[in-house]
Parts: sequence; C-alpha cells; structure tokens
Amino acid sequence: MIKVSEIVLSVKDLKIYYSTLYGYVKAVDGVSFEVKRGEILGIAGESGCGKSTLGNGLILLKPPMKYIGGEAILDGKNVMTLSQKELKKIRYEKISIIPQFAMDAMNPTKKIKHIINDILNEHGENFERKKDIIKERLEIVNLERKVLDMYPIELSGGMKQRMVMVISSLMNPDVLIADEITSALDVSSQRSVIQMLHEMREREVIGSLIFITHDLSVLYQIADKVLILYAGKVAENSPVEEIIKNPLHPYTKMLLSSLPKIGVRYVQIKLKGIPGYPPGLLNIKEGCRFRFRCPYRFEKCEQDPPLIDVDGRKVSCWLFERGDKS
Amino acid sequence: MKKYFIKKVLIYILTFFFAVTIDWAIPRFMPGNPINSLISRFSTLPESVKVLQSYFTQSFGLDKPLWEQYLNFWKALFKGDLGISIYLYPQPVTKIILRALPYSLIVLLPAVLLSFAIGNRLGAFVARKRKLDNIALPIFYTLTSSPYFWLGIILAWIFGVVIPLFPIAGAYNFGMIPSLSWEFIFDFLYHWFLPFGSLFLVLLGSWAIGMRNMIIYELEANYSRYLEALGASQRLIRRYAYRNAILPQVTGLAIQIGTVVAGSITTEIVFSYPGIGYILVQSIMNQDYFLIQGCFLFIIFGVLLSNLLVDIFYVVIDPRIRKTYSGEV
Amino acid sequence: MNQKEFLHFFVKNKKVVFAICVYIVLITLAIIGPYISPYKDPLEFVGPGYQPPCKEYWLGTNTFGQDIFTQLVYGLRSSLLVGLSGGTLATVLGLFIGFVAGYKGGWFDEILMMFTNILLVIPTLALLIIIAAYLPYRGIFIESLIIGFTGWPWIARAVRSQTLSLKTREFVDLARITARGPIKIIFGEIMPNMMSYVFMVFIIEFGVAIHSATGLDFIGLGPTRGISLGIMLQQATLWNAIQLGMWWWIITPGAIITLMVATLYVMNAGLDEVFNPKLREM
Repeated sequence: MIKVSEIVLSVKDLKIYYSTLYGYVKAVDGVSFEVKRGEILGIAGESGCGKSTLGNGLILLKPPMKYIGGEAILDGKNVMTLSQKELKKIRYEKISIIPQFAMDAMNPTKKIKHIINDILNEHGENFERKKDIIKERLEIVNLERKVLDMYPIELSGGMKQRMVMVISSLMNPDVLIADEITSALDVSSQRSVIQMLHEMREREVIGSLIFITHDLSVLYQIADKVLILYAGKVAENSPVEEIIKNPLHPYTKMLLSSLPKIGVRYVQIKLKGIPGYPPGLLNIKEGCRFRFRCPYRFEKCEQDPPLIDVDGRKVSCWLFERGDKS
Repeated sequence: MKKYFIKKVLIYILTFFFAVTIDWAIPRFMPGNPINSLISRFSTLPESVKVLQSYFTQSFGLDKPLWEQYLNFWKALFKGDLGISIYLYPQPVTKIILRALPYSLIVLLPAVLLSFAIGNRLGAFVARKRKLDNIALPIFYTLTSSPYFWLGIILAWIFGVVIPLFPIAGAYNFGMIPSLSWEFIFDFLYHWFLPFGSLFLVLLGSWAIGMRNMIIYELEANYSRYLEALGASQRLIRRYAYRNAILPQVTGLAIQIGTVVAGSITTEIVFSYPGIGYILVQSIMNQDYFLIQGCFLFIIFGVLLSNLLVDIFYVVIDPRIRKTYSGEV
Repeated sequence: MNQKEFLHFFVKNKKVVFAICVYIVLITLAIIGPYISPYKDPLEFVGPGYQPPCKEYWLGTNTFGQDIFTQLVYGLRSSLLVGLSGGTLATVLGLFIGFVAGYKGGWFDEILMMFTNILLVIPTLALLIIIAAYLPYRGIFIESLIIGFTGWPWIARAVRSQTLSLKTREFVDLARITARGPIKIIFGEIMPNMMSYVFMVFIIEFGVAIHSATGLDFIGLGPTRGISLGIMLQQATLWNAIQLGMWWWIITPGAIITLMVATLYVMNAGLDEVFNPKLREM
C-alpha cells in the first residue's frame, strides 16, 4: 500500500552552526541523507548531537543558528537558500513540523478553530472547506470535535500535542518533521502517538516522516531507516532491522549494548554505559568526533572519516575503509 | 468567576473604607485653625471675633469629640453631603467639586484613552524596524520621563508665548459665559488643547515603550515560532502578538490611573485649569478641611471605580482568566 | 551566569555605559557645582533679575535676581539625595514585605497582600499631599521618608511574585532536601537569584522618587527651606516665567529631571539585556 519510491528530501553536506560570543558551535557539521516518499526516517542521538538543530533548521532557521553550507533539496530547490517569499509557500504545504514545544505552540487567547482558520487562510484555504478533513484527522488522533471550540488552555498536555499533530499535517506535507514528540510521554501514550503517525502515513496524509528522538526503543517501533548522529556528524545510516541486528559504527554498537534487555536481570552482569562525554562543539577541530570514547581508535581517526557505503548502508568510520566490518 | 469578582469588590470596599478614614483624619491634624482664616475675611471688630469663632466652630461641628465627627462624616457621606467649604463659604463642597469635575474629566479621559490607543499602535509599529526603533525610542523615553507639569510648561511656553497659538490660562476666556454656542466651544477647545496635550504626550511615551517591549516578548514566544514555521505571514504573527501584548498593557493602565490623576493635578496648576486638582491645591493653601476632604474622596473614588472597570474589562478580553475561574480547566 | 560573563556584558552594553556616564557627569556636577559657581548661596540676590544666560550668570537669573546655575546645582544635589534615599527606603520596605509574603505564604501572604493592594490603588501623590500637608516643618529627610513609606507597594508585589516563582524552583527544593536551614536557603539560594531583579526595581523606584519629589515640590509641599529642581519650577510658574519668556528658568530644571529619569529607564533596559540573553544583540 505504501509506495516507497522517489526521493522527497535530499540533504548533502549540510552545515548549520551557532554563532556565539566565543566562536562557532558546529552543531550540524556536514550531514548528508535522503528521505524517500512514504519513508519514516528516524534521527537519533544523544543530547546535543545536533538532531534538533537539524530538524528545526530545515524548516525555520533563526538566529543564532546560521546556515554555513551544503544543501537540502526539496521539490527541486535548496530550502536553505530560498527567499522569505518562497519559504512561505513551501512551509506547511511541502514541509511541516510538530515542534518540541507542542504544548505551547498554540496561541493561548484564540479558539482552536480560529487558529486553524488563520493558518489555512495564509495558504489560500479556509476552515469551512477543510472541515471534513479536519474531523477525519481528529478521529485519527482520538480527539473529540468539540475541542475545536475550545481555547488551548482547556486541553490537557497530551491533547494539545495531538491537536498540534493534526494542525501540522493538515495540508498533507511531503515531509513532516516530528521533533522529540514522544519524549515527555509515558510508554502507552508513546505507543498511541506512534500508531497515529503510522496511520497518517498509511492514509498518505503525510508523504514521509522525519522522527527525531533520543530514545532508541521508540525508534524501533516507528522508523524504517535510522540516522545516528554524533556530535554534529552522521555516524551511521541504516535500515532499522539491520542496525538493531548488526550495528556497524562503534558508537551505535555501544548505544545498543547499553540498552537494558528484556528478561535479563542485571545481577551478575552490569549494565554498561558509554564512558566519557560527547565533545564540546565550540570551535571543534578535525578528526572523528567519537575517537575519545572509541575502543577501536587508531591513528587514522585523527582525520575526518568520510561517509562510507557498506552494502547500501552508510557508516562514518575509518574501520570500514577497505570494506571490512571488524 | 463570581468568586473572583466578589474578592475584588471586597478589596475595593475595604480600600474605600481605609481611604475615607485617612481622608477624614489627616486634614484634621493640619496645623493652624481654619476658622481664623475664614473670620479674617470678614474683617470684623476684635470682640465679635470670639463670638464668630464659637459660632463657626459649632456650625462646622469642630467642637464635637473626634469620634462623633467621624461618625457624622460617614452619615453625611451617605447623604451626599460633604459639608460647606470654609474658604469658599458658603458654597457646599459637593457643588464646588461637581462644578470642577467635568473640567478634570474632559482633560483626563481623552488623554488616557487616546494615548492608550495610539501609543500601543506606535509601540508595536516601532518594534518592527531597527532603524525606527533607534530613533523613536529615545523620544518615547524622553516623553515618559518628563514630569507632566513640566511638559505642560514647555508646551505653554512654545505654543502660548513663542508662537502664540494657544491660551495658557483658564478653561475659557474670562469674558465669556459658558453656553453651547460654537463660539464658546471653539474657545473652550482652544483652552483645552494644551493641558490635554501635555498629559497625552507623556502617557503616549509610556504606552509606546511598554508595548514595544511586550511585542518583542510575544514575537519570541513559542506560538509565534510555530506560526512562522507553518508559513504564516509576518502580518498574522504580528496580529497575534499585538492581541496578546495588549493584555498586560491593560493591567498597566489600571496601575497607572493613580499616577495620571496626580499628573493632571499638577498640570491643572500650570494652566490654572479649574479642575479638581486646582481646587485641591487652593484648599490646601487655605486650609479648607472640608474641601480637601471632598476632593480626595472624589479622587479616590474615581480611581477605585476606574480600577474596577479595568478589571472587568480585562476579564472580558482575556479568555484565560475566564476559563481558569469558571473551573473548566 | 558567573562574574566574568556578567562584567563582560555589563561593560559592553551601550545603554548601561551611557547611563553610567550621564550619572557620573550629574553627580560630579552636584558635588563640585557649588564650588565652581561664582555664587555660594542659591537664595542670595546676586544681581538684576530677568537676566538671560551671560558671562556673569551662566544660566541667567530669575525674577528675584538669584543665580539659576547655582540654584540648579544645589537643586540637583537635593533631587539626587531624595531620589536615592526615598528610593532606597521604598525598595528595602518593598523587598522585605514582598519577600516575607511570598516566602511564608498562607495567612501572612493574604493579609500583607490585602494591605499592599489597598495602598497600591490609592494615588501616591494624593497620599503624599495629605501627609506632607500635615507636617509643620519639612526637610529633605522627611520628604524622603514619606516618599519611601508610600512608594513600596508596587515593589512588594513585584518581589513577591519573583519570590513565588523562585521558591518552587528545583534548586531550592534541592537545598531543602539536603537540610540546609531556612536562613541559608534564603540568603544562599533565593537572594542571589533575585539580586539582579531587585537592583532593576530599585532603579525604577529611584526614578519614581525623583518624580514624586518634584511633584510635591511643585505643589508647594516640598522642603520649607532650601532649593530643589521642583521648587525652581514652582517659582517659575508662580512668577510668570512662561509669559515673560524666561526660557532659561523654565527649561533647565525640568530638562535635568527628565534626563535623570530617562537615563534610569535606559539603564534598566540595558540591564535587562545584560541579564536576559535573549534580548542581546549578537
């Protein structure tokens, strides 16, 4: 039913830095990936790895974020260099976002139906025309129709988030970015939200989804492909099954092994984390950024590793230079 | 919702009680004997002075014990009787004040309302462009930092003396009799313009600055970012921001009422404009107990009433308050 | 933020630097002005009245032949003093009441806030007029006192809401859990975070005090002896300086007051930028 076919978003060597008093914080430093229609790409990584910067930067680049280089091709155009006028046309219609602050995303002093109407008006639509579609979507997210007549303050946090999901996907964007939308939820709510997103994809409400999270277990439930970011660079990019069964990048390996396994009592064996911390990204120098915590480190790691293709998967590690998986 | 209002009204009643008590009490502790100044105006023989003294003291009830004077005051208050003015004897205080009230209101109300409407728009407008901001902001700061009466003095000097466009004393030409003729109305407006203008300008500055800051804050809010990410025009974002920024400004209006009234008192002095402020200062100088009391009562009552009205208005315009207090959250 | 960062932003902020410079000039003028002026007594009749600014009378003379420059520098002293002391008193009172109300909560809070709200609604100038009119003798000290005692309500309200929001912050709970005594919590955790806010509140109150004092003086309820900027304006108005076109008399005192207050607001805006990273221009 889902046609996974053409590429909707192609990101090549994208660089977004933060301009600060002391220099540049290289938050997204040469990231490349592709998203195909109907695909769900999960972007995962630790706090500060750049995933939120990436997700937000693709749709709304605000100071102190600064576009440094690279491209993000959507609908044939590099969205990072479009004019404000052109941006207004593609935002919401071609690319949309469910923000991390979904709870605060709606104007507190306006009724929800008015908020929707106002946004639709900006894109040549109105509430009346979309009424039936809106009702459909509300059903998908399990909200009653009467929320439309309420003010945001009358909704609970979870309801607000689901409402924002509906609003953000109303114009059937080609790419929907979901920025840490399950992070504040309990496990069963997480499951519902993920099911809702799946259903939206099924019904082709959304073309493709970029799902940003730091929680690997959630990723497994939702993503087709996974992009692991570390310290602003891509560590690994693989289909989700393969990354779970056979992680390539040392970082991914350690991440997965640090997850508690079901059915295992950690009495004899200890739960291992990854020793050390991610490097600070202020004016960071060359070299593989994981090398300070990597057990497989060797001299070549002092140079930036390229993104190497391994059986259709992508890894950024010198270990795979000659095509072997040690 | 009811709880909110009941609480508010209760506080206002308490405040009124407290204020009335102070109002009654303090003039009585002023030094000097007002009866003497009254008698001196009649320039009588020294023997009669004593008789007159006891007569007036009695008729003004100043010989009764303090607590009785206090109770009588409340009784008279409910009857609308604020006593007889000492310095403008034998005119009743209420009459004097009611005569002066329209003059104060006609300067105050337009100044407050217009400056609020225009100042907020200006502030929001200026927040948009950096260059405009840099020029306009110092102007606004200067306006809001000027003492009300000083701006009045400057306006009087520039437009009353240097370029004699406007008169600078009184509410209307002394030769005229108040009537509804066009001639009188024009003359009245001529006299009204400068006092109104000085209040208006100072207030304008403060609204503009406040709004500019609030708008910047709202434009940075999460809902503004979300709108922008969804491709909303700057116009829509600004419209939402303005609507939300006005709310704290309305609260600010309530807080400012006291200060503005004070400002209008001093402005009336500059222009010898016969409003309540002018009467008040005259009564202080002449130690007219009853007139002082009466003026303060009116001022305090007016301020309390305006505060209550603003509170009601605020509830109407901010859905969050309504919803919170109706228990629907 | 730490000391070093604070100093860095503080010194770099244009508004703050401007405000400090203006005040250095004003304070210097207030201190040395009386010494550099050719006339020692602001109330002395030094020459013919109605003189516009010239070599002998730097800012001209008023109706009575008093030197305006001398009056200005003495008046500046008086205004600065009243503003500072009245403002400080009001801030300290407001800080104390607001903090106790916010920190203790419960009945304390209700009663204190009711009292505060009552005083808040009564127009300050009205209160000041009543009280000032009662006093047989008024000096700068008394004026500062009454301005201080009537100016604290808004500060108490503001400090209270700050306290409330800080009280529920995590680091306070943390301190409580680790059994730090209440005094240590107040002075160690809550106070340092409020200091920047309180300082900004003080600056505003300084300006308000200057305005209040000027208003009082203008009506005639200021110090019974001596000179201040408000008294200068009062005399100018009473003696028809406007009609006589004596611009040197009517412009200067008011302009100095406006400058003082405006600079304080600018300082505040600058401090806001220093303490709040979002407002800084990068």
